[in-house]
Amino acid sequence: MHVPDGFINAPVSLATGAVAAAAVAVALRGARRELGGSVDGSGHGGERTAPLAGLVAAFVFAVQMLNFPVAAGTSGHLLGGALAAILVGPCTGMLCISVVLLMQSVLFADGGLTALGVNITDMAVVTTIVSYGLFRLLVTVLPRRRPSVTAAAFVAALVSVPAAAVAFTGLYALGGTTDVPLGKVFTAMVGVHVLIGIGEAVITALTVGAVIAVRPDLVYGARGLRRPLELRTPDGTVTVPQAAPAPSRSARPVAVAGLVAALALAGFVSYYASTSPDGLEKVAHDKGLDSKEEEHAAKDSPLADYQVKDVGDERISGGLAGVIGVGATLAAGTGVFVVVRKRRSRTAAAPAGTEAL
Amino acid sequence: MGAGHAHKLYRHARSPVHALPPHCKIAAVFCFVLVVVSTPREAVWAFGLYALLLAAVAGAARVPASFLLRRLLIEVPFVAFAVLMPFVAGGERVHVLGLALSQSGLWGAWNILAKGTLGVAASVLLAATTELRALLLGLQRLRMPPLLVQIASFMIRYGDVVTDEMRRMRIARESRGFTARGVRHWGVLARSAGALFIRSYERGERVHLAMVSRGYAGTMPVIDELNASRAQWTHAAALPLAALAVCLTGWMLT
Repeated sequence: MHVPDGFINAPVSLATGAVAAAAVAVALRGARRELGGSVDGSGHGGERTAPLAGLVAAFVFAVQMLNFPVAAGTSGHLLGGALAAILVGPCTGMLCISVVLLMQSVLFADGGLTALGVNITDMAVVTTIVSYGLFRLLVTVLPRRRPSVTAAAFVAALVSVPAAAVAFTGLYALGGTTDVPLGKVFTAMVGVHVLIGIGEAVITALTVGAVIAVRPDLVYGARGLRRPLELRTPDGTVTVPQAAPAPSRSARPVAVAGLVAALALAGFVSYYASTSPDGLEKVAHDKGLDSKEEEHAAKDSPLADYQVKDVGDERISGGLAGVIGVGATLAAGTGVFVVVRKRRSRTAAAPAGTEAL
Repeated sequence: MGAGHAHKLYRHARSPVHALPPHCKIAAVFCFVLVVVSTPREAVWAFGLYALLLAAVAGAARVPASFLLRRLLIEVPFVAFAVLMPFVAGGERVHVLGLALSQSGLWGAWNILAKGTLGVAASVLLAATTELRALLLGLQRLRMPPLLVQIASFMIRYGDVVTDEMRRMRIARESRGFTARGVRHWGVLARSAGALFIRSYERGERVHLAMVSRGYAGTMPVIDELNASRAQWTHAAALPLAALAVCLTGWMLT
């Protein structure tokens, strides 16, 4: 999905460049906190950022070269956005993918220099935010066990790839240089990326499962799931209380409500997604019926001149609605997140001397 | 790890282009690509002139044409996409060899092919004439955040190490009779990826400790200051300025 130069026009490329720069700036700040070890938000432990994020970026770079055979001799590779976000945290993940994209663009000419903003916005920012938001939401709602982490990773990766395709379609609607009707781009991009997303989801879930089996402390997304330390002495079992208290149960109804809202919104989006091919087919069908004498020409060109504009508008509205829907889903997700975190920090602040998560 | 980390794309030579400071070259390439992207696609001759400009730079840098053309192959997926475009785009149809092709689709395909190829060629020339470390220093000189530069340099420095580790794991798998054939083998590959992540992360922790024990506190000392003279900037600006002239002419003529 590396966009080359000239695919998106110059103003939109520059605008997305600004968006990407802002996102990377936020991610740099956040990565310091995520990798800091002892978390106090004052930039302490920031010197861990460069080596750890660098090595994780190298890992993402390498794992993108790992080919997975799909049926019939074809093979796919991991995109890694969801995987990085779950393993090392959303900010570090975003940072690592951005660095990988930057290096691919500058060194390997993979993805255009002017399209770098488009690529980072699309593949680093959207995938990590969507996947991590969904992942945290699911982990909060599902029972606190290891299989639910794997399941949440599966869903997060599954959704993140089509979400990137939707974001790409939105950018294409704003600044695409070709006049392929938006409906076709949307259908093709989302269709292909749902398939890619399934592969990505399976591999991501299995990889997260493999890491969590060996080093559960390394999986950033599952930090709240650590079991309390048990000391088995001859006198019996003593449970050592955790430094960070487990999240209070009262947060769960809020999160459940949030998930229901998000699902309703996602259904709204998929409604548009599922109607667009139907709409397209319907138009083609109508067109074919209308002009039977041109059947041969119509076979090659299902959409002729005067209907394109009409369809284009329809698709713009559909695509925009999809983008807005995804945005609203995200907003709902982060809203829940903020509420949950506030409660957590309030309960954490009560016992003196403990660190807030 | 001790040896130089010259990447395969770099071609060592002594030429005026190699000698230019990296940040001048990066800025020049970026401006050039920006100019190319904003050229109207109807000005076909302008893209020919851009190609000639790049060929002149390649000649000055003593980068052989075969090297440049081989590196251009990275573009092939987009060529496939561009070839599809005349068939799927809407608009007026023209008949070529019995095929009804969309006119605007043909223009779109030409647009992507021409601009994409020129962009890739410019990036390849930049990578071929600039060393990795210089490239990163140049980015830092262009006010990219130092932390980002550090992360990128760690990624480059350890990219080969991690890739080698992955290669050794593949050899270990294969020497035990494993060949990945289909979906059923994804579990094994995913576990390899998981192991690779743990190894990379732990290596990162070791690297960090080694650096801290040598006095690292979050910033790298700047040893070699990059400075460009006015003449060097002028030389580097020759390419984008020439391109800008072509672009403006293109806008006036179309």
